[in-house]
Amino acid sequence: MVQQPHQRRIKYQAELDSDFGRQIAAMPGGEKVYSCIQCGACSGICPMSIYMDYSPRRIIAMIRAGMKNDALRSQTVWLCASCYACSVICPRQIKITDLMYALKQRAIQEGAYPKRFPIPVLAREFFQTVQRDGRTSEGRLIARVYLRTNPWRLLKQASLGYRLLRHGRMSMRRESIRSREELQTLLRSVG
Amino acid sequence: MDYLYYPGCSSKGNGIAYEESLKAVFDALDVRMDELPDWNCCGATSYMSVDEWKAVALAARNLGLAERQADGKDGVDMIAACSACYLGLIRAQRYITDYPELGKQVTAGLEAVGISFKNRVRIRHPLDVLMNDIGTERIASRVKHKLAGMKVACYYGCQIVRPYATFDDQQSPVMMDRLMAAIGAETVNWPLKTRCCGGSLSGTVPETGLRLSFILLKEAKKRGADVVATACPLCQFNLECNQGEMRRLFGESLDLPVVYFTQLMGLAFGLPSRALGIQRLFIPLPAHLLSRVQEGGRNVRV
Amino acid sequence: MSGFNSSTNGHPPRIGVFICHCGTNIAGKVNVPEVVEFARTLPFVAVAKEYKYMCSDPGQEMIKHDIQQYGLTRLLVAACSPHIHEETFRKVASEASINPFLFQMVNIRELVSWVTEDGHEATEKAKAMIRAAAKRVLFHDELEPKKYPVKPGVVVVGGGIAGIHAALVMADAGERVYLVEREPSIGGHMAMFDKTFPTLDCAACILTPKMTTVRRHPNITVLSYSEVVEVSGFVGNFKVKVKKKPRYVVEEKCVGCYECIEACVFKEPRFPNEFDLGLGKRKPIYVPFPQAVPPVPMIDPETCIQFRTGKCPKGCVNACGDRDGIDFDQKDEIVELEVGGIIVATGFDTFDASRLPYYGYGIYPNVYTGLEVERLLNASGPTGGEVLLRNGQKPQSVGIIHCVGSRDENTNRWCSRVCCMYSLKLAHLMKERTGAEVYNFYIDIRAPGKGYEEFYDRLLQEGVHFIRGKVAEVSDWAMTPDEENRLVIRVEDTLIGMVRRIPVDMVILSVGLEPQRDAQEVTKLFNISCSTGNWFMERHPKLAPVSTMSAGIYLAGACQGPKDIPDTVAQAGAAAAEVLALTHKSVIEVEPNTAFIDERYCSGCQICVGLCPYSAIYYDEEKKVAVLNEPLCLGCGVCAAACPSGAAQQHLFQDEQLYAEIEGALVGVG
Repeated sequence: MVQQPHQRRIKYQAELDSDFGRQIAAMPGGEKVYSCIQCGACSGICPMSIYMDYSPRRIIAMIRAGMKNDALRSQTVWLCASCYACSVICPRQIKITDLMYALKQRAIQEGAYPKRFPIPVLAREFFQTVQRDGRTSEGRLIARVYLRTNPWRLLKQASLGYRLLRHGRMSMRRESIRSREELQTLLRSVG
Repeated sequence: MDYLYYPGCSSKGNGIAYEESLKAVFDALDVRMDELPDWNCCGATSYMSVDEWKAVALAARNLGLAERQADGKDGVDMIAACSACYLGLIRAQRYITDYPELGKQVTAGLEAVGISFKNRVRIRHPLDVLMNDIGTERIASRVKHKLAGMKVACYYGCQIVRPYATFDDQQSPVMMDRLMAAIGAETVNWPLKTRCCGGSLSGTVPETGLRLSFILLKEAKKRGADVVATACPLCQFNLECNQGEMRRLFGESLDLPVVYFTQLMGLAFGLPSRALGIQRLFIPLPAHLLSRVQEGGRNVRV
Repeated sequence: MSGFNSSTNGHPPRIGVFICHCGTNIAGKVNVPEVVEFARTLPFVAVAKEYKYMCSDPGQEMIKHDIQQYGLTRLLVAACSPHIHEETFRKVASEASINPFLFQMVNIRELVSWVTEDGHEATEKAKAMIRAAAKRVLFHDELEPKKYPVKPGVVVVGGGIAGIHAALVMADAGERVYLVEREPSIGGHMAMFDKTFPTLDCAACILTPKMTTVRRHPNITVLSYSEVVEVSGFVGNFKVKVKKKPRYVVEEKCVGCYECIEACVFKEPRFPNEFDLGLGKRKPIYVPFPQAVPPVPMIDPETCIQFRTGKCPKGCVNACGDRDGIDFDQKDEIVELEVGGIIVATGFDTFDASRLPYYGYGIYPNVYTGLEVERLLNASGPTGGEVLLRNGQKPQSVGIIHCVGSRDENTNRWCSRVCCMYSLKLAHLMKERTGAEVYNFYIDIRAPGKGYEEFYDRLLQEGVHFIRGKVAEVSDWAMTPDEENRLVIRVEDTLIGMVRRIPVDMVILSVGLEPQRDAQEVTKLFNISCSTGNWFMERHPKLAPVSTMSAGIYLAGACQGPKDIPDTVAQAGAAAAEVLALTHKSVIEVEPNTAFIDERYCSGCQICVGLCPYSAIYYDEEKKVAVLNEPLCLGCGVCAAACPSGAAQQHLFQDEQLYAEIEGALVGVG
């Protein structure tokens, strides 16, 4: 992040949520956040960390410090491509990718994610489609995401879409399973 | 050897050629693969972001359906070809074991809709089945035209070996390289074979996501690859279909064909290219490579 | 035979129970007054008392006083581990004229208060254990500790700096020392180093004088290229079998002229030299390094033409001439030693860096381990001390990666303690010898020794770069023109908060320390145990750091845990002193926990004879019973456990004692 001149860089204890670290540690993936030694291997191997506002290492430090707002509002978690390179290299075996999932869920629950940022929008669209149909239909899903975030880009991508259609690699058909109600009952029963 | 087959949503869209070529190759090897009836989405990464527990339940329905197909047999092997599906299903299994409360709820939820669930399905990647069940000997014996002279960069992507290394080395997997060698191709030494292609970020934040794919392709080309072989519909899409966008963003034209490893196997087996979905490629395999295949690889490199 | 009337002359036994608070260690969890009240209700308990520190002088005096006042005949102390204070309270019993073996110690600290969360549960468990002990102690017999003479002599296993130093200390004190080394020369890892931190002393300059002294010392016998294959006996009376492997050059006949090496049919060294980690070459007949002790060559049968084909002109034999020192028919030789004590100083192994392919070791030729670089820097190494890469060029930039195979749950969890400092040393030497830019990639700099932090400061002044971050990847793909054809280190510079890519010509992996690959076998051989991670376990981490749970066997050096040279030498000196304290006693007292065989019940099945690991039981053909040769018995209990008729029993662990204890523990349990 580019620093503004004279921007204050200080955290008062009163701004922190001292319980946040414990809450995250109780979620799948958060188990070992207190084992982190801040070595930075996760952030070194992460192909996306160079675009993140805070590297995964710093996110872990922020979780432990109780910087809930900063952690949940950061773009970092949404830029995770789920490649698991961090989880594999971590010398403390912290499941960092799963930790990112935990943070994404919290961010969505608390409405703290960047609103027009396409990644959380994709996640929610995907979730709703699957909840309803049991399957996704790539063409329809992508079209909806662009409409909600950046309609202009939908136009720009039109030629790619056309090529996919022409090569038989995309259909606008709505895919669905037969036992939709069964699936919905199942999903309602969990969580 | 009979397997269940979990196609995944992509097989009905962008990844159609993966399914076509996989089926064709398994047919040619006389290996039976039955599609799981009424399968649903694996949950993938996006679902996990919203509700982890529901994501596990979603994947687990497929596992329960597979057990139903096994018909009382102790365990069944189900092939998942897409990396995201492969991982999504395995991850669900692990979560169910690792988090007992989650496991209890999912099992009970499945029971409630009439699906009994014991978490006994073995999720298999096609590479695993080809190399460990079928074996290079049988594969090599089926080869009609060795892919001699074709230099392949084998791209494994992330989720086949991470976070769970089930059948190959986590740091430097070799199964695809060995498979390509078995059908006569030459593989290039390419240290980026498990580096991320950008995944779904190529669509959502293209300037950053596409750069990852661009780096992979550029390095593959630099190391003399004629073609990149992939094992995942999203990897294949990112690496192939976005090359136009990459040219626009990074000012460099790559024109490197990107195929499914099963398509190369099919070509070596002498299967008709339409059965392998070769016509669906945006960047066609160069004629000289194809002709060499058809002529049995006796040509010297042009 | 036992039975609780035997030692009380017909009077009912009178037990005293003494329960220690151990400050808050026990009393903070266990309700001690409640336990005291409970103890008073137990059969035959004449008195039960508590005290804040039972091991203190007033505590001991109280017990003695009560033994007299209440006419106690059995004693029970509930406190800490018997490892710590069993001796103390046995002495108390003795001084108050109770046989010390009519005493039982109950561990309500390590086994109760420290490991139980709930106070009520802890109190109940303490009660159950005291009830069990109060039943058991009724069946104790009066015993006398056994006394044995102590044999002179010590075997030191491992000829690294630890073994060398310990051997010299003991030999100077007049002790006979056998120094067993499995490699062809003593010297260990230290002999491979170029310089030592933080003083930059030349390793050879400070080590080789000690090696030479070892060789010349009249009290030291060096058994090189030899391994211990069997250990029997017990403290003060060990029998150690050593296998001398054939080196095909007779040590006694060799004068160290090395003409045999000159005369070898291979004019040039052609085979990888193990001592140089394969970076240098040797002939089939060779000495591992110039200062080797003993200075006797050896022949490698894998590469020697004579061994492989039988058709060699045998230049070596001719060169040796009348001395007749070459012997192609040499075989394994077993040497048997009888000694009073043993020091295990088997050292460490370095982490195999190829286990982490993302650092490129074994993939990229210019990725080295720290130990390999020691050889490159060493004047007697493969490049004569000039740092040349495998492509023959001098590096312009060098990256040193710390913590390779340390502090990592995927490999080894421990900090290897020496890598920070040897990385700094190598950084300094690289800069001095090549003028290269040197980058250190570290997680934390650990420089807690004398003069170590100052050395770090010196490196900072010298312009060595320090980047805080665990390196994620060493690769050979370039993103920028200056990265072409170089190794690229990718790391998050955690202090700056940015990912950096740093191209270098040479990567040095600061590999961590691991237990020797065969550490498990060694523990079995010497009947010692391992801590987590397979390092050999000391008797107590603070108060008995060089002793083991096996009396008479001591540890020195890195086999007990990663250690630098100063700590190793200090520990070796300590181990030597402990052994001398043992061997300078004429007699040693041993716990009377030996077996005994009641002939009346022995059916003569001989199961025990075959099972006894110390061959202490033989079969009396005339009487048709098994007989124990008591001095050989080490009290392992195998015979007692295996005996189908109950004839074989073990003092302090007799069936009726154990049954009584179990019964006492389980009374009232659902």
